[in-house]
Amino acid sequence: MKLTINEVEHDLDIDTRTSLLDVCRDHLGLTGSKKGCDHGQCGACTMLVNGRRINSCLTLAVMHEGDVITTIEGLGNPDDLHPMQEAFLHHDGFQCGYCTPGQIVSAVGMLSEVADGWPSHVSADVKNGTSLSGDEIRERMSGNICRCSAYPNIVDAIETASAKMKETA
Amino acid sequence: MMTKHVMNEPIGETRLDRNTQGVIGKGVDRYEGKLKVSGKAPYAYEHLIGEDVAYGFVVVGPVGRARVTTIDVERALAEPRVLAVVTGDAIMRSSAQPMSPAGQTMDGEIFHYNQPVALVVAETFEAARSAARLVKVEYEAQDGRYEIESRRGSGRASDTGPMAADTERGDFEKAFAEAEVQFDQTYRTPSYHAAAMEPHASVAKWDGDRLTVWSSCQLLETNIQQIANGVGVEVSKVRLLSPYIGGGFGSKLGIGPDAVLAALGARETGRPVKLALTRQNVFQATSRRGETIQRVRIGLTKAGQITCIGHETETPNSEGEGFFEPSGISTNFLYPGKDRLVTHRVIASDVLMCSAVRAPGEATGMLATECALDELAEQFGIDPVAFRRMNEPEKDPQEDVPFSSRKLLDCIEEGAKRFGWADRPATPGSRREGEWLIGYGMASASRANSLMESSAEIAMSPEGRATVKTAMTDIGTGTYTILQQIAAEMLGLPLDHVDVLLGDTSLPESSGSGGSWGANSAGSSVYVAAEAMIKEFAKRLGVEADGLTLKDGHAIAHNRQIPFSEILKGETLTVTGKIEPGDTADKTNQASYGAHFAEVAVNATTGETRVRRLLMVGAAGRILNEKTATSQCYGGQIWGIGYALEEALVVDPRNGLIVNHDLAEYHVPVQADVPKLDVVLLEERDRYASPLAGKGIGELAIAGVGAAINNAIFNATGARIRCYPVTMDKLLPHLPDEVSAAA
Repeated sequence: MKLTINEVEHDLDIDTRTSLLDVCRDHLGLTGSKKGCDHGQCGACTMLVNGRRINSCLTLAVMHEGDVITTIEGLGNPDDLHPMQEAFLHHDGFQCGYCTPGQIVSAVGMLSEVADGWPSHVSADVKNGTSLSGDEIRERMSGNICRCSAYPNIVDAIETASAKMKETA
Repeated sequence: MMTKHVMNEPIGETRLDRNTQGVIGKGVDRYEGKLKVSGKAPYAYEHLIGEDVAYGFVVVGPVGRARVTTIDVERALAEPRVLAVVTGDAIMRSSAQPMSPAGQTMDGEIFHYNQPVALVVAETFEAARSAARLVKVEYEAQDGRYEIESRRGSGRASDTGPMAADTERGDFEKAFAEAEVQFDQTYRTPSYHAAAMEPHASVAKWDGDRLTVWSSCQLLETNIQQIANGVGVEVSKVRLLSPYIGGGFGSKLGIGPDAVLAALGARETGRPVKLALTRQNVFQATSRRGETIQRVRIGLTKAGQITCIGHETETPNSEGEGFFEPSGISTNFLYPGKDRLVTHRVIASDVLMCSAVRAPGEATGMLATECALDELAEQFGIDPVAFRRMNEPEKDPQEDVPFSSRKLLDCIEEGAKRFGWADRPATPGSRREGEWLIGYGMASASRANSLMESSAEIAMSPEGRATVKTAMTDIGTGTYTILQQIAAEMLGLPLDHVDVLLGDTSLPESSGSGGSWGANSAGSSVYVAAEAMIKEFAKRLGVEADGLTLKDGHAIAHNRQIPFSEILKGETLTVTGKIEPGDTADKTNQASYGAHFAEVAVNATTGETRVRRLLMVGAAGRILNEKTATSQCYGGQIWGIGYALEEALVVDPRNGLIVNHDLAEYHVPVQADVPKLDVVLLEERDRYASPLAGKGIGELAIAGVGAAINNAIFNATGARIRCYPVTMDKLLPHLPDEVSAAA
């Protein structure tokens, strides 16, 4: 089968039971996406599939032929960081760093959900879209657990990155 | 060249105080940050990419306590791609205790529910996982002891715990009996799990009789011995690497069962083996913090002066384990009283072994004692801040030694001012905003400080770039960054001229990360090495070291400014520094202090508690990096929210199964639980603590937070819950009867 990850096409012959997360970590050397629970409970494995965030541990790789998949490695690299990565670095939006790739990918996906007018549990108006606020960020990022608990800094990082991404858009 | 500094005397003014380079203390970005935010920092499982590796999956024993009769591996071995099934007595039943020479092995028995009993190794992870279900474990079930409540009083005093089981002074029983006012309450804290985000993982590779293990470990010096003993090889044949660790919080102080299993699997198959524990394995087969039952007795004068204090605690552990949750650790010195009694009793249990989790002792003990102080303040009609001011000891009331530096009252006063404590509802249950009852609470924080032996090498290249090398670890605490800052400040180098190598047992032996001693111990070893480097520079320049100023890669003395490259003359200069604890540890009582303030809103109908704001004011000696130190404090505050409101391991009393063994059911705080947090760090130098004049901070931050929240819940509702976590079901009976009132 073929998988397109970070704009690179991979030819694969894999066990059908292989999750999208494991194909990246065990077969493609893309270990940026992390396994924290393998049950969709922690968010450390978050990837973007066709622009939307998913828990890559909960989906099989064979289901994604033809999809556009983005992992943390596709957002930026140490010498050329994505604005969200840059903001996490400056705001200290992490400590041990293990949940961080998932947080960052999730934050990028979350911003497009807000931009597309998707409501959340804390949105006052579910019909006409909402704007980014601290409460919206906290609600929408609650699927990404950080046990070091860098939560306040993650909120600050997302606010900074969001402003910067709007500027450059 | 090795230089040693023993901490026998307080340190005077140092180059860190002079701050010539201007980098110490600054909130600079993390040294390894770019790698972490881009997914390029390799954690334990992520090594040997592209090599012909095999994958392991753990088979567990599905019963609480039993003797294993047979393990039938035939069906598993017949599966395609399966290479081996490792069984045998050497399999570790859980993690190793911190600093123990080896982990406890299974020896044909199941000591707790879902203990590892075998390892399937296959060419793919999927094949190993599938075959693991085909391994048939036959056993003779035995009776087990799965709760401690019904067996109170049966505990023993362990002499191999993290502190003395008993601490006594004077005659507590007599003093308490004669006290004008007697306070006697019992508090309960549940079992907790560290739940670090990275499940324990190991990659093991043999080259002949030499073993290399990449594992997620906090204390490499003892971890390598645990691996060597577990596998049955000389420690000199083992190299352990742990460059990046996805959180530890105590759960990786001793090796997990994965390290030895991976090595045994690799030996049996002749291939490197990768083994990551599943999240369920982590909950059921590594370690946990034991539940506690804590009786707090305090005798006072009619005016509210504490005259005697007693703190008797009970907690479980499994067979052969001497560790106990040292809940009384801060009770020994935090409050006055000439007659004192602190005891710890370990009740035998057949549930997963108990070990250190972030701030062993303070994290549970202060949930009880800081709640007791609040109850007493209420009883006396004295403000909790004033009550603590009245009960501040002048010296360590247990050992009669001076405090090296104690800014508890400064933290409390500063916190009260910043928080607006004066606006606290005077009567519990008196402030209401719509359906929400509002309350304020506060608590003291303290964390005993320790300095450990540690060493580091600094190599200065001919161009004047320094590399710091030590087998220290960075578990997210910021070690890479603060060691870079210390070396840069001491040696007068721009930050980007200092590299840091950690997490490899081929580097100089280090304290490792635990007990909040890491920054102080490893940092001091870098300080000592830097001093040796400076001395060598001075010698080469023919000047006194004290008269030498170092800045931006230049040595300045007698109005001359010489670039390091000129001093080094094309050579690399290598020095090693070692720090050892000394007399200052015995002559003074050393601890970090702080104060926590909380505002909560409790729903009058449902009992749901929302934390509205938290403030921590802390004093932990010199702060090495303001940003990473503050982040540690946020982490502690948020753990406090978990301990006050959410976290509890639930053990089935019928069979010892840890029921909520994953991150969906064991509730750690998430973003939506966390309000805006404030952290203020006071200026302090503790010159008895280390050459850095710093103290531990990562664990201080969790001490007392949960009690501050619980005290705020009391202030909001008038309900005093002495059994953590304070969940809705416990609060409901105490809330205004809204539904009947409306009917």
